[in-house]
Amino acid sequence: MPHSRVSVQHIYEVGENMVKIHGIGASDGIIMGQLVLYQPGQVKVEKYAVEDAESEIQRLKEAQKEAVNSLNKVYLQSLKRLGEKDSMIFQIHMMMLQDEDYTNSILDKIRQENVNAEYAVQETGKEFAERFAQMDSEYMRGRKADVIDISRRLIQCLAQKDGTKFCLDEPSIIAADDLTPSETMQLEKSKVLAILTRNGSRTAHSAILSRTMGIPSVVNLGDDFQKLRDGMNVIVNGTSGDVLLEPDEAAQNTYQQSREEYVRNRNELKQLLGKKIVTRDGRVMSVNANIGRPTDAEAALENGADGIGLFRSEFLYMERDSLPSEDEQFHAYQQVLQKMGDKPVIIRTFDIGADKQLPYLDLPQEQNPALGYRAIRICLDRTELFKTQLRALFRASAFGNLKIMFPMIISVEEVRKAKAMIEEVKAELSKEKIAFAPDVKIGIMVETPAAAVLSDELAKECDFFSVGTNDLTQYTLAADRTNGKIAGIYNQRHPAVLKFLEMTAKNAHAAGIPFGICGESAADPELTSFYLKIGVDELSVAPPSILGLKKRALTMI
Amino acid sequence: MQKYTYTIKDEEGLHARPAGLLVKCAQKCSSKVTIECKGHSADAKRLFAVMGLGAGKNDQLTFSIEGPKEDTDCATLKSFCTAHL
Repeated sequence: MPHSRVSVQHIYEVGENMVKIHGIGASDGIIMGQLVLYQPGQVKVEKYAVEDAESEIQRLKEAQKEAVNSLNKVYLQSLKRLGEKDSMIFQIHMMMLQDEDYTNSILDKIRQENVNAEYAVQETGKEFAERFAQMDSEYMRGRKADVIDISRRLIQCLAQKDGTKFCLDEPSIIAADDLTPSETMQLEKSKVLAILTRNGSRTAHSAILSRTMGIPSVVNLGDDFQKLRDGMNVIVNGTSGDVLLEPDEAAQNTYQQSREEYVRNRNELKQLLGKKIVTRDGRVMSVNANIGRPTDAEAALENGADGIGLFRSEFLYMERDSLPSEDEQFHAYQQVLQKMGDKPVIIRTFDIGADKQLPYLDLPQEQNPALGYRAIRICLDRTELFKTQLRALFRASAFGNLKIMFPMIISVEEVRKAKAMIEEVKAELSKEKIAFAPDVKIGIMVETPAAAVLSDELAKECDFFSVGTNDLTQYTLAADRTNGKIAGIYNQRHPAVLKFLEMTAKNAHAAGIPFGICGESAADPELTSFYLKIGVDELSVAPPSILGLKKRALTMI
Repeated sequence: MQKYTYTIKDEEGLHARPAGLLVKCAQKCSSKVTIECKGHSADAKRLFAVMGLGAGKNDQLTFSIEGPKEDTDCATLKSFCTAHL
């Protein structure tokens, strides 16, 4: 990144001994503290002969108990924070730890080879991992990591080390190659100032968790990670992704100022938690959160979201090699709905196809993916996919305040077809005596010029509108949003786009339905007053932008 | 002895979560429960063994249930399969 090179030069001008490294800012915040290197491979296993195999086995059994207990703690914590489905993995780990085949293999080694328990566990772990590694299914091959994880935990317990290596005396900044979900979950929030990782991405599980927990984090430091040393003093900026090593006095002063400013801003914004935006004529404008995973709901609530304005359901379909089952989807939707309580949750049915290729769907390559076989077009063609999702959504509807939104609509006909499928699904569920909410609101994403132009007619078929300004801009201006060469032409404030917004808002209100915006420009400060003027009922933005947007809107009403 | 055959409908097959649930369910049964799939067999009360079957969608699982309570245990496993696999 050219940006980081500039920063490094700048820092060398300030102080010769300071180094600034750069990664991806994964969780906001700026903090200074002492670095603790976390290397899970640290417990070195030595092989030695034991005379009394039975007392060695006793030692193993105690360690096994301890490992299961510590995992059970992780499980219970996770259950509270993430819900049942995402926590199941820890239950599986507990079962693996107590599995008879696994245990017998360790016992055999201790008895027959007269070796110490640590070594027996390590060897057994390797053997079982190898078995998984040779399996046909890619998913099963991935389970290898689970066996290694539980074996390491057992070895740590044997070595009289607490299962977590994170028993920090002082609040510290943690640096690790990568953190597994169980490791991240065990962090004591008050002792962890920030998290740095060599690998990982913004969307990695641990990055999501650190955002949820509000711990600043920089991931993907790459080779620069090697410059980190135990006990170093560092300044972490989770917003920019910069990490400053051994800052000198001048840099520390600058840090103090920006830290104070950051804390002041955050505290100021936190005052707005729970505050509603009510316009002079008495209308409420909700500020909602756009989220991509069920666990993001927590961040939405922490940042004062009035609801979820866009839950992109695609995540359920990505990074896997088969379609998600109805149950799997149901659990994900249920989790978000339960977490949000009676606050509204708008779930967009899957927007996949064309540019978001899923290997297992076998979709053909296209000349113009943005204009191709995608979103609602796939839903109405491959109805079995759509139906599975609708069934999961309606089953989940009994657990909260669900609204469903269809993407890429261009005609009244499409909305009617989709609604007909909803009726089918409802009839099926009634017949099967499965509970669902009777009055789920059905809306559309207005993101094609056709939908904006027909918004008066579409409004009669819908319970709400939400404009996806990213695509609406792309299609209105005939400007590919992924083409950097025309980035200057792709302008979400273009008068044609704003006219469409105004017109759609007018038609929505004439039909008595709410009008929202969930595209990126919903957070554009330059447009807030325009949105208030045209009477937007709902703006939906990334969780960290919610309070800032509320603050701005409050100064304008 | 009771026998029961079930064809997996779950898209991902007998992956970690359903395998874990199945083993839990089998562990509650007093009968000896064996699963056969694609020519291999596994003790249904052992997680690694069950995961090791590598059973995928449309694979057939044949349960053999043996013990004094084999009738009720068979019914328990049947309703488990229909609900979770």
